[in-house]
Amino acid sequence: MDIAEVQPGLTDFVSQKSGHAATIENLVRLSGGASRETWTFDAHFPNGSDSIEGIFRCDPIKGVVSMPGRVLEYHLIKAAWEAGVVVPEPLWDGDDRFGVKFFTMRRVPGEALGARMIRGEQYGRAREVMSQQLAQSLARIHTITRDAAPALAGLPGPKPGASVALAEVENYEASFRLASPNPHPVFELALRWIHANLPQVDEQVLVHGDYRLGNFLFGEEGLRGVIDWELAHWGDPMEDIGWLAVKSWRFGGKRPMAGIGEREAFYREYEAAGGHKVDRERVKFWELFGNLRWGVITIGQAANYLNGRSKSVELASIGRRTAETEWELLNLLEGKGD
Amino acid sequence: MQDRPNVDELLEAVAGFLHDDVMPNTTGRLSFHARVAGNVIQMLRRELALEEDTLDREWAGLDGLLGPVPKPQRLSEVRTAIVGRNEELVAHIQRGEADSGDARSAMLKHLRASMHDKLAVSNPGLAAEG
Repeated sequence: MDIAEVQPGLTDFVSQKSGHAATIENLVRLSGGASRETWTFDAHFPNGSDSIEGIFRCDPIKGVVSMPGRVLEYHLIKAAWEAGVVVPEPLWDGDDRFGVKFFTMRRVPGEALGARMIRGEQYGRAREVMSQQLAQSLARIHTITRDAAPALAGLPGPKPGASVALAEVENYEASFRLASPNPHPVFELALRWIHANLPQVDEQVLVHGDYRLGNFLFGEEGLRGVIDWELAHWGDPMEDIGWLAVKSWRFGGKRPMAGIGEREAFYREYEAAGGHKVDRERVKFWELFGNLRWGVITIGQAANYLNGRSKSVELASIGRRTAETEWELLNLLEGKGD
Repeated sequence: MQDRPNVDELLEAVAGFLHDDVMPNTTGRLSFHARVAGNVIQMLRRELALEEDTLDREWAGLDGLLGPVPKPQRLSEVRTAIVGRNEELVAHIQRGEADSGDARSAMLKHLRASMHDKLAVSNPGLAAEG
């Protein structure tokens, strides 16, 4: 959307929801994020109510049916906020005034780039404490169940009776076969292992679905907010732990959990914060599948260049990152992971 | 045959231009893409230096797993043939022929060597770790 549309619409929306006439200033669209538009704004109230530093998030294209995690992003953040997860405070879910799904939340200042967390000199303290903070927030996410969160009933989940992982495995396997221009023997070995080791889990909880560096806002003191909830679904809590250990998400950090945390300490802190009992075999399953998943995504990104949909040198070069995931898959298949 | 500067020397010049001239004089997306483009050029220099030996090793490894086949003379034909031989390898894996035992060990050993050669081009830092 353009600013001439957002400015008056948001002014009216905030006035209506807050119950006070508002003025919207500093409305700026942030760069990045092809799948969502994110705008920052400041709302001031001439009657003297406290100003709001806010975020306005919306789908970019009118009429496109949004995925459940996007439609429900406000409710996801609200449920997480109420469960004690470190997230930006949700303000108001949108209505139909813009013709696209939108919502507002409070703005949390901070950094999100994974490489800065690993290498930034000013984040030494954050690197020491954030693994535990991530374990605590993840434990709280996983306390959210279907029964307790009727607003989230529309999120996707596993097929009844099937492995909690089967639908996702089939989804990424199909993407791989569709998009890959080259044979990948390592992926084939991994897929055979994955199909032979599908986890069976009875209890399903809210899974963030993309819990990794890049989706955490942080400052010098550590975690400030878990963001990007659009891949949330019902499933196995071990999925988020395995994904957090995927090598490519360590951004060169030497420790296995997000590049900054040790496995056993993370598991201990997760369990102590009310998380589920950590099943190391299931974590390994999800970590191995996570490496395959990211590998398939790199192939898909490069395919967008190869089929002419994008001319980006960045997307083209991501095709050469597939090899990293193949290398790590071999390590995990041979029991040489860290 | 072309005169010097040769391919590697010219690519080095382009990478230097992107990293030393474009990057510091641009910001945001443009500067980031200049960095990516410069890194791609450096990767291509490694690929050009290593490709012939890498393809020889991969061919020999595939000979060990699939039975020996004469290697074509021209590089472009070797590349095409290796894609076909890897498709054959995939069919072996899908039939379960590398699920266990010596066949699995041999498969893993070959794939580890081939992936290490791929990494030496795309991510030499990671290749040096293992």
